Amino acid sequence: MSALHAPILTVSTLSARIAGQQVVEDISFQVPSLGVTALLGRNGVGKTSTIKAILGLIERSGEVTLAGERIDGEPTHKIVTRGVGYVPEDREVFASLTVAENLRLAERDDNPRRELVEKLFPDLVARSAQLAGTLSGGQQQMVSLARALLNDNELLLVDEPTKGLAPKIVAEVAETLEEAARTVPILLVEQNLQVVRRLAAGAVVLAGGRVVHTGSAQALLADEELTKRLLGVHGGDDSNQPAPAPHASALNPEVRQ
Amino acid sequence: MSTVVLLAITGLGLGALYFLVASGLSLIYGLMGVLNFAHGSFLTLGAFAGWEIARRTGADSWVTFLLSLVLGAAVGAVMAALTEFLLVRRLYERHIEQVLVTVGLGLATVALFEGIWGTDPVFITGPAWLEQTTSIAGARIPNDRFMVIFVAVLVLLAIVAFLKFTRFGLIIRAGVENRSMVTALGIDVRKAFTLVFAVGGAAAGLGGVLASHFFGYVSPLLGGSLLIFAFIVTVIGGLGSLTGAAIASVAVALLQQFANFYAGGTGDLAVVLALAVVLLTRPSGLLGKKA
Repeated sequence: MSALHAPILTVSTLSARIAGQQVVEDISFQVPSLGVTALLGRNGVGKTSTIKAILGLIERSGEVTLAGERIDGEPTHKIVTRGVGYVPEDREVFASLTVAENLRLAERDDNPRRELVEKLFPDLVARSAQLAGTLSGGQQQMVSLARALLNDNELLLVDEPTKGLAPKIVAEVAETLEEAARTVPILLVEQNLQVVRRLAAGAVVLAGGRVVHTGSAQALLADEELTKRLLGVHGGDDSNQPAPAPHASALNPEVRQ
Repeated sequence: MSTVVLLAITGLGLGALYFLVASGLSLIYGLMGVLNFAHGSFLTLGAFAGWEIARRTGADSWVTFLLSLVLGAAVGAVMAALTEFLLVRRLYERHIEQVLVTVGLGLATVALFEGIWGTDPVFITGPAWLEQTTSIAGARIPNDRFMVIFVAVLVLLAIVAFLKFTRFGLIIRAGVENRSMVTALGIDVRKAFTLVFAVGGAAAGLGGVLASHFFGYVSPLLGGSLLIFAFIVTVIGGLGSLTGAAIASVAVALLQQFANFYAGGTGDLAVVLALAVVLLTRPSGLLGKKA
């Protein structure tokens, strides 16, 4: 593989635990250095835990490399300052801080990309003095995305950015991610398959804390039977309510690639 | 009327002392989840440091008094920072061990102070004005009450300004709310931990010097006796809330003073009952985060 196409993120035999409970087991996958890679799976299969394990937010073992350098032994703040932007599930804005304070806190150096953020999220400029806890869900998601986009990143880890949002806001979020993906690779956890179809080139599917499928996102979604078996919904279904997760062993091992 | 005024102002003074201890306790718990049972020792060491400089340079001088405040705050800050750096840093997320270590440090330092300064209270004096009284509505109020209240208000304003207008303050406020998300923004939140301990220790050290003037003596047990009420104040105010600590400090001290005078010395009982009522009706405290 040439350096040009070397993956930005490589995860090898990654396992993770929360309070002693195994939530991710021995997973391996790569994220290319351009475009959006979707991390998919039914509810509770370990997608968010995988993102948190990559960041070191939960106890983990295995190997994680960013741009060819091991990061699995580093604390979270060091991994992030290497250029990993994080948009967490449920936004996790600081409710008691203003919008401006939320953004200022996220600035990692003296040259934050404020102009880009102001262009992408003009509503946040108008609401800069408002407490983030009083914003709507969609506006909080904008704050969460803006915090990540303020900095030059090597990789964005985006966890369910459209969860619980109105269709109009979902479209806006997707558009923002599409714009961001032109300059930075994204590992995207997303339940809304319409959004996945619009954004993602590659797909990694988890079940029961294990990788059960990797390949093209478009090909996966085009195969309705495979999509239904792996994700519990049809490829054309834009439902945000996927079926609960079966154990990995319940899935046909042939789908592993 | 004069009794009410005297009780109210004395209560405010006592509340100011509680706040100087509770502010640090509350910030430390809010950011790091550490219940610091050694916090009273920061106060006691600050008080002894203030007394040492006073007896060496002339207790009746205002310069000495100001120096004793500065030294008390500095000693409290250094001891608190060392406590975090040498002991507590290794024990984050290990709450039982934190309690054991900080309780142990609290007991060991009391024994150390007794070894150095003896077990008997050491009586102190300050500038002449502090020893005098001022008449308000017929009540003769000791001037040291006004000094304690004045300094506590300054400390409250200083901490609020620090939290509001500095980057470290921003990190601390965010960290109290969601520490792991602060880390996920690329911030080494542990640097803020030491700073918060130091700020809390400085407030406690300052409180130690003022408490020694308020009560007229300093003893190795001074910090421990105030720490109990500071913990109650911190819980009632809401763990992690500076404003809650300030409001609860005043409320608890006033309740204690009035109950002591009007209900046959039941001030401590009234405070414990108030704590029970708050825990039963509002477990997260007046302004604390909901669990």
